Amino acid sequence: MILEADGLRKLYGEFCALDGVSLRVDAGEFVSIVGPNGAGKSTLINILTGVVRPSAGRVRFKDREVGGVGPARLARLGMARSFQLVQVFPDLTVLESLQAALVARLGRATRLFASLARDREVQTGALEVAELFGLSDKGHVPARHLPQGDKKLLDIASAFALKPEIILLDEPTSGVSTADKTAIMDTLVAASQQIGLSAIVQVEHDMDIVFAYSNRIVALHQGRVLADAAPSTILADQRVLDTVIGRRAGAPRAPAC
Amino acid sequence: MKGRLAVALGAAALVAAPLVASTYHALLMLPFMAYAVVLLGLNLLFGYTGLVSFGHALFIGLGAYTGAFLTTHAGVRSLEVILLAAAVLGTLVAVPVAALCVRYVKIYFGMLTLAFGMVFYTFLLKFYRLTGGDEGTPFLRPSLLGRNLDAMPKIDYLVGPYYYFSLAVLVLAALGMWRIVHSPFGLCLKTIRDNPTKAETLGIGVARHRFYAFVISAVYAAVGGALLGPPTGNVDPTLAYWTHSGNIVFMTLLGGFSSFFGPVVGAFVFIYLQNWVMSVVPYWRLIFGAMLAVIVILAPDGLVGLATRRRPALAGRP
Repeated sequence: MILEADGLRKLYGEFCALDGVSLRVDAGEFVSIVGPNGAGKSTLINILTGVVRPSAGRVRFKDREVGGVGPARLARLGMARSFQLVQVFPDLTVLESLQAALVARLGRATRLFASLARDREVQTGALEVAELFGLSDKGHVPARHLPQGDKKLLDIASAFALKPEIILLDEPTSGVSTADKTAIMDTLVAASQQIGLSAIVQVEHDMDIVFAYSNRIVALHQGRVLADAAPSTILADQRVLDTVIGRRAGAPRAPAC
Repeated sequence: MKGRLAVALGAAALVAAPLVASTYHALLMLPFMAYAVVLLGLNLLFGYTGLVSFGHALFIGLGAYTGAFLTTHAGVRSLEVILLAAAVLGTLVAVPVAALCVRYVKIYFGMLTLAFGMVFYTFLLKFYRLTGGDEGTPFLRPSLLGRNLDAMPKIDYLVGPYYYFSLAVLVLAALGMWRIVHSPFGLCLKTIRDNPTKAETLGIGVARHRFYAFVISAVYAAVGGALLGPPTGNVDPTLAYWTHSGNIVFMTLLGGFSSFFGPVVGAFVFIYLQNWVMSVVPYWRLIFGAMLAVIVILAPDGLVGLATRRRPALAGRP
């Protein structure tokens, strides 16, 4: 077991975003969290990555209670994430962004007078990750000048540069063209094998992507786990398919619980 | 390459100024060099970390009064000791102030720094016996490298040994800051400026880095502040007044906060312009206010940004 959530609840005032969600991620798994809008997917990811505190319930990462330790510490413990709305450092180049991740991972973030340019480990590490994600020829381009697909890749690449054990991706392919989606996913899977990542958790809307890449699917609906099974089992479950896929767009919001 | 050439030319001009330029110009270089030290520090916070302080005159005042107090009341005349004491005192005051301020960002951070600056200004004004109130305290002529230079005529002292001592301090301060902004630490500051949420998820301690950047900038301001004292021979509370904090933010904007030497250029232009405008018209603030508006609207990257504009025109801020 790498990551385990137990009885997570999250209330936003009257609105209940999560109503007792438990989930478990083991080494070697690629888990997709699916569900209609408002099902609680993003809330779940945000709790798992320490951005949001749950109203109740516990999160364990590598046999360690991590509720409320915050994203910076979780990153150092080996949990990385990317965001639904792409997050980059607009004025930093691709390589600088990746170097920042390496600096943080190697615990060199407070080296005041060391030369970054002469830090071989950081420099080559950043080049390697850029290579892995096909961003080498854009190494010196500031992030804000990158096309959307590359921004998305850079966001994910910087999470990979942390050499995490687990990575949580909030809609890694949202906002990019269908052609780019598979490219991003293929890159991501190849990269995760390269760096020896043990598990990936993603929130994803695109069911083709979900069924093509995951070992296990967790379907959320109105803040509860509707199903937690292998893709083949999910495909055979008409009730889940109707809820999750049939009403993908414009699904009604979950009522208060 | 062009940047290096410009820096080399600037450094050469600074070395040569007392020998070739008139005393008037050489004297104007003294506050310039002191402000340049202050601004190198301020820009670590402003340009590199993305936090705008409206209270850094506090640390300028602290450094200047440290020197005045030591020379007048404690019999310490060595400028090296004074600068060291200013740095230590700057650190001691900056630690609690920074710890409180960096918990806030944007306007809240700015207002909090302003508030601390006002507190210190009032302290200088009211604690008459310690600070001399609104009249201030004399800053007696400091000795340099252990040499007492009291016998020298004042102008010779200022455009001679004191000038080159200031220049040496500026060069050291610039080299130190250059290392800092090109270090792993400096890169982390830039990530925080650009996107603190993302920086946090990479495992960068956002609050801790902001704190360090604040303290370093305060030390630079205190050292620069101490250098402001000897040319006038007196320090007074206006050094710590909030308009003075505003002036150094203005200098930074004028030169451009997105380049390393931008604020230094800003200090140079500011001091010359102020001197010139003041000699022509009595209401220099009116002119400077209009200038500031024009810069913010037309040249947000400042003068250095204008000179080195590499970005395509469509790269406007989102």
